[in-house]
Amino acid sequence: MPVRVGVVVFPGSNCDRDTVRALDLVGAEPVVLWHEQASLDSVAAVVLPGGFAYGDYVRAGVIARFSPVMRSVAEFAGRGGLVLGICNGFQVLAESGLVPGALLRNASLRFVGHEVAIAPVRSDTAFTRGLEIGRGLRMPVAHGEGRFYADAVTLDALERDGQVLFRYVDPAGMPADPDHLANPNGSLRAIAGVMNAAGNVAGLMPHPERAAEVILGSDEGFGIIRSLVESAAQAVGQGPAVIGTGAR
Amino acid sequence: MTSFRFAVNVTPKPGILDPAGRAVEGSLGHLGIEGVQDVRIGRRAELTVEATEVTVARAVVERMASELLSNPLIEVFEIESIAGASSATDSQAGAD
Repeated sequence: MPVRVGVVVFPGSNCDRDTVRALDLVGAEPVVLWHEQASLDSVAAVVLPGGFAYGDYVRAGVIARFSPVMRSVAEFAGRGGLVLGICNGFQVLAESGLVPGALLRNASLRFVGHEVAIAPVRSDTAFTRGLEIGRGLRMPVAHGEGRFYADAVTLDALERDGQVLFRYVDPAGMPADPDHLANPNGSLRAIAGVMNAAGNVAGLMPHPERAAEVILGSDEGFGIIRSLVESAAQAVGQGPAVIGTGAR
Repeated sequence: MTSFRFAVNVTPKPGILDPAGRAVEGSLGHLGIEGVQDVRIGRRAELTVEATEVTVARAVVERMASELLSNPLIEVFEIESIAGASSATDSQAGAD
């Protein structure tokens, strides 16, 4: 039986279908969760997809944080459930305090919509299993508020505790300084994705689901979705046998 | 119940890069304005609270400001009482 993975839809989400498609490719059973429902329908993992929930009013993600479904997502996360936030989903998680840091207005003040490369910092997490540490994965960014910020003490702690998951990297594979073109938004220490201390909730600004098959221009995001689904399958005792290859 | 009118001013925390403020600063030369520094751009919300007394009303605004209107990691806020939907009037009768 394929593992059930929830995809939350807020008013203004716009990557939910892409996420459903990517989960399909991996061999999971996507379950669409409307933001007003409190039940998570027995899913094994939850994805908060990209978009502009509530028009990004006040601050991106903050109003979505108070949707009924988010109370259930927080409880689910508290019990160790796997949660991945992509782009706007990352902003919602950060505003909810489920992952550390905040996403500020891009340093350039411009909306950025282009391909970047991000490199996994670890390969032993629920979200990065099987990925090669330091190897750039090409996928798009599409956001106006994506500059990862935390104070210096927190940044040091995140690095020390292994909570930095992905970094923007330049063509040579080196972490891209905030003022380097390869760092699309000015993120501190080139951080593109982080996870909570327990390792079961993660967020990243770039879009792996929009780079999940060759026809999209890159399939290098596929491994992140696959990792989530494999980890979810393992968590509910279904083993990795359900995983598809992505070739379709 | 009495109506109390407040404004909440939210600004970036000191030390946090505010690219909007910097952009405004950078454009001042085109206006022929000199000598302006440290521009910080924030947001302001004005609202009316119905409550029995001002301390109760202010507590509501405090909660709104800290949980929704601002993010304590990156922003600070100030609450001010403003005139407008004035106190003392019973607001049962719909205005407009």
